[in-house]
Amino acid sequence: MTGVKKFRISTPYLLLIPGMGFLFIFFLLPLFNLAQTSTQTPVGGGDTGEYEQTWRFANYFDAFVENRDQFGRSFLYALIATVLALAIAYPLAYTIAFKGGRFKNVMLVLVIAPFFTSFLLRTIAWKQILGEEGFVVPTLRSLQIISESTTLTSSSFAVVMGMTYNFLPFMTLPLYASIDRIDPRTLEASGDLYANGFTTFRRVTLPLSMPGVVAGTLLTFIPAAGDYVNAAILGSPQTKMLGNVIESRYFKIVDYPTASALSFTLMISILILVTVYVRKAGTEELV
Amino acid sequence: MNKLSRWFGRNLLRIYAVVAFTYLFIPVAYTFAFSFNDSGKSNLIWKGFTWANWQNPCGAPEVCTALGNSIKIGLLATIFSTILGTMIAFAIGRHKFKGRSTTNLLIFLPMATPEIVLGASLLSLFLVFQINPGFWPTVIAHVLFCMSFVVVTVKARIASLDPRLEQAAMDLYANERETFRRVTLPLVAPGIAAAALLAFSLSFDDFIITNFNSGTMTTFPKFIYTSAARGIPAQANVIGSAMFFLALAIVVVGQLVTRKRKVS
Repeated sequence: MTGVKKFRISTPYLLLIPGMGFLFIFFLLPLFNLAQTSTQTPVGGGDTGEYEQTWRFANYFDAFVENRDQFGRSFLYALIATVLALAIAYPLAYTIAFKGGRFKNVMLVLVIAPFFTSFLLRTIAWKQILGEEGFVVPTLRSLQIISESTTLTSSSFAVVMGMTYNFLPFMTLPLYASIDRIDPRTLEASGDLYANGFTTFRRVTLPLSMPGVVAGTLLTFIPAAGDYVNAAILGSPQTKMLGNVIESRYFKIVDYPTASALSFTLMISILILVTVYVRKAGTEELV
Repeated sequence: MNKLSRWFGRNLLRIYAVVAFTYLFIPVAYTFAFSFNDSGKSNLIWKGFTWANWQNPCGAPEVCTALGNSIKIGLLATIFSTILGTMIAFAIGRHKFKGRSTTNLLIFLPMATPEIVLGASLLSLFLVFQINPGFWPTVIAHVLFCMSFVVVTVKARIASLDPRLEQAAMDLYANERETFRRVTLPLVAPGIAAAALLAFSLSFDDFIITNFNSGTMTTFPKFIYTSAARGIPAQANVIGSAMFFLALAIVVVGQLVTRKRKVS
């Protein structure tokens, strides 16, 4: 009898040990190490890339002041891309859930399908479509919507557009999952109670789909804020984001402390924003 | 006229869906079209139709080595992350234990961490222990970010199970292990399969974490990124398009198999 009982208590822990051990070694330990690296300073007279532990917390201040613009841009671009993706994805998810009928599964597959062509290939495709040799710019110019000297690529417009596009499936899927769960009878009931279409949406559909909105916006905003690929391919030096700075500090300048300080600041800022947002949105049960 | 505008009103959402899907597929179509470009070195301008790129997908230097690495890393990362993640999902989904909310938090954190931070912190750990970035560090990095997605996917499937099915098995004198093997596991299996598919596609398409931890080894996304400056060979478009159709085929076959099972 005791044997059975003991088995029951220890099962979850046995299941957890390998995965949690992995997370401890390859997630928590590196973060701790990152925090440590962020307070190092160059060894006096040493080679480039040689640093010693001096607990210099002013690294954070220096890194932030030096890269204020990139920092602001990361959050601004990510915010705009998230709002745009929400605006594009919500009606799409709604259509799939309520009007999809027997094509529901096909449409869901179509949302994910672009994933399988590498996202880098698709981003570069956008660069070429919107670039000088593409068909969009000459068309807009001949229609005189944009002037002769205006370009679409190498601009913040292109970077935000690229991020919106790339993270759209991450927004659509959670939205679909929570809209699909809504009982259509609640919408009918709202109509029976003389609510018009807009009121029904605002008072019934939207509140019921809030978990999807929260999950979708997080899954878009977090990777967007840390992204540097869209800015590297579709942007210009004037649209650099924090990710671009971290990447070049690591690989080109070998400035590990600044790169670590920036990474840590980015992570903490995102965690604070996410916590506040999730509290405000009122959906504690996320995962 | 009135009829037409009413038709529009009724089908507005459907029309919108068509527009949205067009938007999603424009770059895919572009990539596919330019895989037939008789491009020579840089695949920027349309120069004429050719089958040559599809007949010789490994024609460009490095491209198939990179693809091979991506597939190997993807498979290993999928296997490890699916095993570890499924175990965690069962622990959280089927058991009450001390530290459950801490576990949940620890699972959520890697998903709330930007890839660049995950990649950079792992690299600095490898540097401290003087492990050279390369194949295995990349596999480890991929397992790390795939695992949380596996946990979430499998957990959702476990949560949606009807507990009465397992109770019925127990009522029919199946012991705990038999119930798990004959009832629970088969019911959760589609969730595990979906999680594995998700893990593979996340791993295969990852660039940021890979760039930090792969050293001199190339993967398919890394190959595209580094050759972007010189112009991407049309063979990359061939491989991207082929992956797209292959994945669609797998999904369609999967759908057909589940439908057949439901019928019989």
